[in-house]
Amino acid sequence: MILHVENPVVEVHDLTVSYDRKPVLWGVDLTLPAGSLVGVIGPNGAGKSTLIKAVMDLLSAGSGYVRIFGKPIEEVRNRISYVPQRESVDWDFPASVFDVVLMGRYGKLGLFSRPRKADKDAAMEALEKVNMQAFAKRQISQLSGGQQQRVFLARALAQNADIYFMDEPFAGVDIATETAIIELLRTMREQGKTVVVVHHDLQSAAEYFDWVVLLNMRLVASGPTEKVLTQELLEHTYGGRLTVLTKVGDLLRKQQFPAREKK
Amino acid sequence: MAMVGDAISHAVLPGIVIAFLVTGSRESVPMLIGAGTLGLLTTFLIEFFHRYARVQSDAAIGVTFTWLFAIGIILLSVFAGQVDLDQDCVLYGEIAYVPLDIWLTDSGYNFGPRTIWTLSVVALLITAFIFVGYKELFLTAFDPGYAAAIGLSTTAWYYALMGAVSLTTVASFESVGAILVVAFLVAPPATAYLLTDDFRQMLLLSVGLGILASVAGYYLAVWLDGSIAGAIATVTGLEFMLALFFSPSRGLLLRRKQVQPVQL
Repeated sequence: MILHVENPVVEVHDLTVSYDRKPVLWGVDLTLPAGSLVGVIGPNGAGKSTLIKAVMDLLSAGSGYVRIFGKPIEEVRNRISYVPQRESVDWDFPASVFDVVLMGRYGKLGLFSRPRKADKDAAMEALEKVNMQAFAKRQISQLSGGQQQRVFLARALAQNADIYFMDEPFAGVDIATETAIIELLRTMREQGKTVVVVHHDLQSAAEYFDWVVLLNMRLVASGPTEKVLTQELLEHTYGGRLTVLTKVGDLLRKQQFPAREKK
Repeated sequence: MAMVGDAISHAVLPGIVIAFLVTGSRESVPMLIGAGTLGLLTTFLIEFFHRYARVQSDAAIGVTFTWLFAIGIILLSVFAGQVDLDQDCVLYGEIAYVPLDIWLTDSGYNFGPRTIWTLSVVALLITAFIFVGYKELFLTAFDPGYAAAIGLSTTAWYYALMGAVSLTTVASFESVGAILVVAFLVAPPATAYLLTDDFRQMLLLSVGLGILASVAGYYLAVWLDGSIAGAIATVTGLEFMLALFFSPSRGLLLRRKQVQPVQL
């Protein structure tokens, strides 16, 4: 179940990535449509983060190639933004919220130039979009997990890119932040941006995304959400674990097996 | 990361000895080139052992610099007769001798102590480097993944920074010795980190604390009639202890109540 689209924003051909000669991604071949919210879903160790890192050329691929907007990545770097996993940085680093968001403008600035007023305005605007403007001068060490995630998101927004890769933006955030983030992602989609999100919660996946990539070291499926999030493909992705659960579920339903012992 | 300076300051020894054996003189420039090359080799080896051999970074640092330093010691002892260098001088340095090493031109003009000139040039270079690369250094230090995604070469900036550390270490330690170099590389920034949360302020404060420690340490040494380098290093340690206990934001005794994150 791997569907391809015409004029894709992301085009991955036969991508294989290895760590220490141990392949973690095998022959991934997919295309993603423009202006969509894409969820990359799979069990732990399936290579979800590896896939987006390899697409952005942060990891070197053993084989295959990637085209973004039909061009090699080096030609379109300024149109790409990245929200890394929150745990990947040291939040005790001496920086303020505004300092971090302003980093989103660095890519457009040359080596010698300093952030100008336009850059500072863009950073402040991005902070307002995630509802964190009151925290601009706050030290990043004093933020909660959800606030850290919003700051990372604001940094990506300040960049004003065309395609965004986000690594587990919903991991460990509160419901309010999760709702705020998904609203923001939908607004971005309406503006024609493409957002690729690594996600691990199957429950919300069907609601959040309009295109889903199922991954477990190999590409299991890639296509519109309603066609991809099926029992069969999910079982295929998650191996035996889901199967056991569904079997228990079926048994309960068919035999009216008491879920808890009745007194 | 803090210990990379320590590693470089020891590992440059073979570079200095080789430079001396090749040129036969104690001119600053060949010494700096020899030591600088070894300094970069050290950072390269540490990174190599850590990344490709999957050794923990502290172990990689330990293995690299003890090994290179040992080679330096062997070279020094084998060629001891021909080399006008001794281990004490290399390791401990001696600030008191700085005024004696005068830069005289052939015509006899006296420019004053030689190390003041070399270190001023190095200080200017390093300041210029920080000024030019401030935002790149700030970003690659905080979030290398994002830096690479927006097209910065994190490897190039890492080696540029390590090159700067190497240059600073090598230029300083011939006058002040390896131990004082390490004290200055680590203690003032660590102290400043306890006193401020702003990166710019931290850089400026480190410099201020370093100057304060030098002046105070010098007078302490005069008063005690003891080692100048030792007294200065002691003051850097005292500054750190004072900040540790009395810092308004992070001090153990005066810590303000942490601002609680507001839930939105």
